[in-house]
Amino acid sequence: MIQIQNISKTFGRIEVLQNVNLSFGKGQCIALIGPNGCGKTTLIKSILGMVIPSHGNIIFNGRSIENEFVYREKIGYMPQIGRYPDNMTIGQIIEMIKHIRNSNSVLDEDLLQAFELEKLFEKQMRTLSGGTTQKVSATLAFLFNPEVLILDEPTAGLDPLASEILKEKIIREKEKGKLILITSHLLSELDDMVTQIIFMQDGKVHFHKDIPDLLQTTGEEKISKAIAKILKEKSYEPNH
Amino acid sequence: MNRIIKIIFLDILKNKIILAYTLILAVLAWSSFALEDNAAKGLLTILNIILFTVPLVAILFATIYLYNSSEFIELLLSQPIKRNKIWLSLFLALSASMCLAFVIAAGIPLLVYAPDNVGLMMLVIGLMITMVFVALAFLSAIITRDKAKGIGIAIMSWLYFALLFDGLVLFFLFQFSDYPIEKPMVAITALSPIDLARIEILLQLDQSAMMGYTGAIFKDFFGTTLGLIAAFLLLALWTVIPFYISLRKFRKKDL
Repeated sequence: MIQIQNISKTFGRIEVLQNVNLSFGKGQCIALIGPNGCGKTTLIKSILGMVIPSHGNIIFNGRSIENEFVYREKIGYMPQIGRYPDNMTIGQIIEMIKHIRNSNSVLDEDLLQAFELEKLFEKQMRTLSGGTTQKVSATLAFLFNPEVLILDEPTAGLDPLASEILKEKIIREKEKGKLILITSHLLSELDDMVTQIIFMQDGKVHFHKDIPDLLQTTGEEKISKAIAKILKEKSYEPNH
Repeated sequence: MNRIIKIIFLDILKNKIILAYTLILAVLAWSSFALEDNAAKGLLTILNIILFTVPLVAILFATIYLYNSSEFIELLLSQPIKRNKIWLSLFLALSASMCLAFVIAAGIPLLVYAPDNVGLMMLVIGLMITMVFVALAFLSAIITRDKAKGIGIAIMSWLYFALLFDGLVLFFLFQFSDYPIEKPMVAITALSPIDLARIEILLQLDQSAMMGYTGAIFKDFFGTTLGLIAAFLLLALWTVIPFYISLRKFRKKDL
């Protein structure tokens, strides 16, 4: 569904992405992990067209996304830190996005109800806590029933109850055959959600593996332990 | 596109700064006509307002508004909307609201006290100057990510066009006073939108007699219909070119 071909991106002198090649298919739930500053968010923003790669191509459903915008109808994006106009209320933001998208598809208001956002509709965005802002971001990402969901650190800042609601929602959407991309640092959370894992470091893709494959080769039962094992093995390699 | 323009337009109208601008401009315009015994003197006062206040407010307000709507732009970019459309909607909404403020505040007294060619001309020139400086604001806001720097660039460009440019032209005039520089002078005027506007209006006011031989050359060129059209086209270019450059930069910007 999404092919990333030889993407590179430099900010000034820093190479944030170096020749990244990836391919994501339908029905997958892919975890994108790696240390801070390894280029995860830049990769995600390149798919959304918010960052324009220095080299390479991104293909969405068989078409290059360069200078395209309609393909974004099929993507729901939840940013790491949602930034919204300060003086608008939650209700106004949601109304505005509905208005702009103007889609006829049935709206998915599960999260709106589960997070009980309707009670907060009159609250201005600048008065919201970080967690509530995240709830608004999540609701907007799922609202239009997109085929692809891109979630950047979805559970960071959410309380345990809300993050459980969100996780269940992600699993339900995965079962509907949607492509879901998640970045996270909380490996323990990923166990029951993801089907594939991508590990990035210094702007390069280290490995891209199916979960059963990963668990089998490392002989572990949990993703977090398997990753830890791989990283340990790597650090023993001389002169890496 | 209309939807986004409407959202931005309503957001700007809610802003108290634009209301204050309308109010102050209205007070200035009405009082400059009421205080002078003939309309021509009032027109000259309004001319100075158009040439100093309007550009300053237009460029500053638009630059600050653009920086403050960075969140909004980011939000729109993750939606299925063309980049061009976002930037163009912002431009149209900002210039429409600034123009509306100008028409309400200065346009009505102009048409009441000077319902002739000069009044109409002043109105049109005021609108064009507003657009030019909103376009320059877009350019200064896209050049740098730093808000303070961007506003600095906006103020510097206003200072340059409103004050420095005249000084430079005067310097040039004195340095080359032994040469026939009247014709190059006409070309040099095209380099500043404020000067273009000033000359165009002064010629309509028949004050050009005070400008000596250079004034006569100006009258020869800008006084004709062709010259008038040329001046308007140049002002339009002053809007289109800065905005186009900013649009090209916006298309490649990383957010």
